[in-house]
Amino acid sequence: MPKIIKHSSIVDDNWTLVRLADGESAETVQLPAGDLIVPLKVWQARRAELLARPQRGVWLAPDEVAQDIAADLDKLQVVAVDFPQFADGRGYSTAALLRGRFGWRGELRAIGDVLKDQLFYLQRVGFDAYAVRADKDIEDAVKALNDFSETYQAAVDEPLPLFRRRRA
Amino acid sequence: MYRYDHYDQAIVDDRVKQFRDQTNRYLAGTLSEDEFRPLRLQNGLYIQRHAPMLRIAIPYGMLSSKQLRKLSDIAAKYDRGYGHVSTRQNMQLNWPKLEDVPEILAELATVEMHAIQTSGNCIRNVTSDQFAGVSPDEITDPRPWCEILRQWSTFHPEFAYLPRKFKIAVNAAEGSDMSDRVATRVHDIGLDVLKDGDGNIGFRVIVGGGLGRTPIVGVVIKDFLPWQHLITYLECILRVYNLYGRRDNKYKARIKILVKALGIEEFRRQVEAEWAYVKDGASTLTEAEVDRIRKHFTDPDWKPLDDVSLEALAAEKNDKAFTRWLERNVREHKKPGYAAVTLSLKDAKHAPGDITCAQMNFVADLADKYSFGELRSSHEQNLILADVEKSRLHELWLEAKAHSLASPTIGLLQDIICCPGGDFCSLANAKSIPIATAIQARFDDLDYLYDIGDLDLNISGCMNACGHHHVGNIGILGVDKSGSEWYQVSIGGRQGYNAHLGDVIGPSFAAAEVPDVISTLIETYIDNRDSDAERFVDTVHRIGVAPFKERVYANKGAGKERAVANA
Repeated sequence: MPKIIKHSSIVDDNWTLVRLADGESAETVQLPAGDLIVPLKVWQARRAELLARPQRGVWLAPDEVAQDIAADLDKLQVVAVDFPQFADGRGYSTAALLRGRFGWRGELRAIGDVLKDQLFYLQRVGFDAYAVRADKDIEDAVKALNDFSETYQAAVDEPLPLFRRRRA
Repeated sequence: MYRYDHYDQAIVDDRVKQFRDQTNRYLAGTLSEDEFRPLRLQNGLYIQRHAPMLRIAIPYGMLSSKQLRKLSDIAAKYDRGYGHVSTRQNMQLNWPKLEDVPEILAELATVEMHAIQTSGNCIRNVTSDQFAGVSPDEITDPRPWCEILRQWSTFHPEFAYLPRKFKIAVNAAEGSDMSDRVATRVHDIGLDVLKDGDGNIGFRVIVGGGLGRTPIVGVVIKDFLPWQHLITYLECILRVYNLYGRRDNKYKARIKILVKALGIEEFRRQVEAEWAYVKDGASTLTEAEVDRIRKHFTDPDWKPLDDVSLEALAAEKNDKAFTRWLERNVREHKKPGYAAVTLSLKDAKHAPGDITCAQMNFVADLADKYSFGELRSSHEQNLILADVEKSRLHELWLEAKAHSLASPTIGLLQDIICCPGGDFCSLANAKSIPIATAIQARFDDLDYLYDIGDLDLNISGCMNACGHHHVGNIGILGVDKSGSEWYQVSIGGRQGYNAHLGDVIGPSFAAAEVPDVISTLIETYIDNRDSDAERFVDTVHRIGVAPFKERVYANKGAGKERAVANA
């Protein structure tokens, strides 16, 4: 079973990520059994069918924004944000908005080109699960969650900026 | 200046450890070139033509003598004995070894320095006025605001992978057109510090300016932002940019393109809509925090002195060379009896902005002896001693002159702004330093330079415009034409509140032609100025580009005929 980092630990991943292959459409793609994290388009097209399952997850592409899923958050257990390339940083703002403005409290998972060197920032904007790219050493990657012992600015993981917490 | 506490030190120390691990993984092959590139760039490390280039942050240009001595040690130990002051107030080393960089960062951390976010698609080192805190024309000291922004932007988790680089500049001077010494209108965000009628501090927020391939003068998004909201408002600008800035084409990825595409009204609407959610939140600045930061920028222990005019000093010594230095390199100070001195890094023997290790140590000694152990770097690539007693200026001048740091040419044609160019930079289309050197050699007559008067000549080796050629009164841009180096010349650009982008005069020139072109531009100016007081740039704006253009290309044609006749 594939592994992910969840709340700073390496655990088995019980969810199946659904990506549309070339030629597949949201309307007709064969959905496997089990707990699925599906593309936003699939969720929108197959909502009733997915609601019949016990657990549901949806992932957002970089050009899909938090507002696109905001109204459905109470029906989901997992929201994932895809990073096709780690240097495309839109997902950081999407995560911050999901947690801050839209109050998402469930699992927020980074998927795609997820690497050790971005985990600290991902954690700060509200991710709590990381599907580290399969060819990378997940045992090494998890250490990066502790890269820094102090941070200056407010973020999802620490809602107060340092200047409101600082002791001389 | 700002001094680290244990929080600041812990953050910088953790960064050294993180980058050491990243470098080790890269060298071991577990981190690919593509994966390592953004990481090293966010630590100021470029892979250049001959070797890596390391850009070390000098936050808003402030440096202590101790830090400068450390830079000298590092340049001697890991480099070739010199450094380069960049147009964004940073210090660049051109020859460090990649595997030495973690150790260099560890050494920098011992003197509260780093290379964090000096490159990469993130919020870069904040720049400001080299005369901050001492200039008679400033509303308030901009440096506390710069430091607040430095801390906020350092490792900001949401804005580490922006569409493109992001530059912020802070200006707090008011008055004449030239009071804006930081070029707020050509930054991604420019902040002019203001005071309202009741004495409350706020910011005029300017967004979407920038040079590079598509030069644009920024526009005002907020006329007066009360200081408490500085961080929340900037976060909203950055968030809109991060989500909606173009990522499909790196030449269209700066915020200026987004602002232009949406229009300032719509861009403002989106920012204000975001702001409605975060305004007055936890990131709202407090009086206590601003006071805490301000305490790092209190006035040094100035003595109560009688003021003496620079003219009187000049008359007393009656030495033409000293008088010229006073006129060009010494600036009035807000405290009577003190002056701010610019040490020129434009001596013809060195590339503009270059400084040797011996000079660094010497300048550190000067800072200790004359200016409370502190100094500043300027975006014009010079160094400043900000608090010199006027009665000691002559003594300082004699010392600086002996170390080639007293060219009396600040603001004149010799004081060229110049990027490292094709000699060092892998992005460059053309060399820039030999062009600067050739122009400096052509105009080495001080009487003539003084007759020409104020003139900014800026050279960039490529479109990225590190040499700010668009806002030079004369701008020179290196271009590549089928594999050979050519130079496009523009005139009429200027920085300041009325920032203006120069107009290209016509087809580009070969390197050898450039000094003649500059000579012709200057002759045209001299012949057309309405008085000795009219500056080059003002003449260009009054009579237009055409007379300059005609004469340059007429001369060029004549030159060709001569060359043919001589052949």
